[in-house]
Amino acid sequence: MATETIPPAAVPVDERVRQKSRLSKLLSRPEVGALAAVVIVWVLFALVASKHNFVSWATTASILNRAAPLGILAVAVALLMIAGEFDLSVGSILGFSGMVIMVLVTPQTGGGYGWALWPAVGVALLFAFITGMFNGALVIATKLPSFIVTLGTLFAFRGLTIAVTRLLTHRTQLGQLDSVSGYGLAKSIFASNATLFGSQFSIAILWWIGLTALATWILLRTRVGNWIFGTGGAVDAARNVGVPTRRVKIVLFMTTAFAAWLVAVIQAVQFTGSDTLRGTGQEFQAIIAAVVGGCLLTGGYGSAIGAALGALIFALVQQGIVITGVDGDWFQVFIGGILLGAVIFNNFIRRRAALR
Amino acid sequence: MSGNGKALLDVREISKYFGSVIALKDVSMRCEAGQVTCLLGDNGAGKSTLIKTLSGVYRPDEGEYLFDGKPREFGSPREALELGIATVYQDLAMIPLMSIWRNFFLGSEPTRGWGPFRRYDVRFAKSKTREELSRMGIDIRDPEQAVGTLSGGERQSVAIARAVYFGAKVLILDEPTAALGVKQAGVVLRYIVQARQRGVGVIFITHNPHHGYPVGDHYVILRRGRVYGDYTKEDLGLERLVQMMAGGEELENLAHELEHAAGKAEGETSDELARAAQTLEQEAKEAKEPGH
Repeated sequence: MATETIPPAAVPVDERVRQKSRLSKLLSRPEVGALAAVVIVWVLFALVASKHNFVSWATTASILNRAAPLGILAVAVALLMIAGEFDLSVGSILGFSGMVIMVLVTPQTGGGYGWALWPAVGVALLFAFITGMFNGALVIATKLPSFIVTLGTLFAFRGLTIAVTRLLTHRTQLGQLDSVSGYGLAKSIFASNATLFGSQFSIAILWWIGLTALATWILLRTRVGNWIFGTGGAVDAARNVGVPTRRVKIVLFMTTAFAAWLVAVIQAVQFTGSDTLRGTGQEFQAIIAAVVGGCLLTGGYGSAIGAALGALIFALVQQGIVITGVDGDWFQVFIGGILLGAVIFNNFIRRRAALR
Repeated sequence: MSGNGKALLDVREISKYFGSVIALKDVSMRCEAGQVTCLLGDNGAGKSTLIKTLSGVYRPDEGEYLFDGKPREFGSPREALELGIATVYQDLAMIPLMSIWRNFFLGSEPTRGWGPFRRYDVRFAKSKTREELSRMGIDIRDPEQAVGTLSGGERQSVAIARAVYFGAKVLILDEPTAALGVKQAGVVLRYIVQARQRGVGVIFITHNPHHGYPVGDHYVILRRGRVYGDYTKEDLGLERLVQMMAGGEELENLAHELEHAAGKAEGETSDELARAAQTLEQEAKEAKEPGH
């Protein structure tokens, strides 16, 4: 056989490989732009708002508490974006999940069903999975861009939430979750606070960090992670080598729905109630966080850590604006500028990394 | 090298319709282990439909598909792949944004650990990628490199090495040399011969008789969804094959038509047309009598 004439593979050094410096290796990671942005924004506010105690544990705690729910959504949205699809309906699924819980636990006299909290949370999760599966199945069956399909379900799920809640309870806000049986345990799992350095850190931060770590591990160190990159990078090529691309997409749509459900539970328990409009606009913030974190809009590239950092930037800017006393109207200008800046920066870095 | 060995892949009189369009009609072909079957045909001859049927993307509407002597029906390319029928598509073989090692094992990732801790064995994947590629004589610089930065020939070669590594018994190659320069095409042809020497049955789709003839053991020519001819190497010299492929008759006809048109037209245009006709005639002649 001709192969036997070829010398063994042990060629440790290839003279055509230029030793890339540590720095340029670091710069080719997708989340590097978001990391740079976090540092820049933090330093900026640390300088501008130094007399307002920006650099303090109390401010850090409230930044992280703000970042956590958005971060949970952004990480799931990033996974889906890497697989080449959008989910604009996460905000609506968030509102929907919260109201499913609240309607189920509201006493029958109030138009609800009088359930205990945990069964309601379980049923809400089931509904969330169904909505995610519905999104995914619709995208695959119609072959339409998921942007359009989930733009439709964004309105449909929100409308359904408002209509059904009003039909049953004649209200758009339901409360008093703390009087429902099972609340104590839920409070400690989803909405308890830990006092560190004299400041209140919410447990949602742990959920956020945990999910980011899990998502990163899945992306970089499991078969499914390889499938996610492949599905987003070139769906036909991936299918041709046997990647179950449809299943990957449907599971990821269910993952974004799961994240929306988790945030809905955290917030319902934290605020002891929910509102039919909860989560409005969150889908765009989550997508912005993912894009700032290095996800390509066309799929196949991105990182969960980057998305988590993107959410952190949101919270930094929000908190910084509040603390410096700048008119809150400027928040959106800031976020828009950061989005554009990050995308341009990411493009620049990626081109450099690819060309070496 | 005649066709009386045991066929690994054997399709008999398969037909495929898309609505009122007859994409394939009564097509039969076979591929044996350690042989290269060249599939030749012009655009629209039904080559891609046939490839997709062989690789499990389409189900034939009529006819029999035998693999290893048993009739098969595939619900997906995955099922065909599991039996050892691997397809390397011209443009769709690799994912440009992913690294070489991630691409190499995409869809068949090696894992370590158990249950929820089952993970992608990254170290094994990287070292195996390097090893397998150099076994096929492919010298890559860095397995971390994105496939998008490789040349077309390198990409095809990596895809072929991957299919062979994963135990392909039949390797279907969709125009692997089409968009390549002379040297690069030569590289790919060498891997085809290597795969054959390892006992893989290769179905090699090409437009170019100069690529097909030297590596092929037999040749199936498709035209308008039907098998126009099925020849072994002994039946068919390179000249005949070149003539069939280059469409010698058609070039000749076209030359006459143009000459006729040139006779009618006037002024500068007639000169130009006459020159074009001459060139075509020359090409047709060359296609008929190669030997160079």
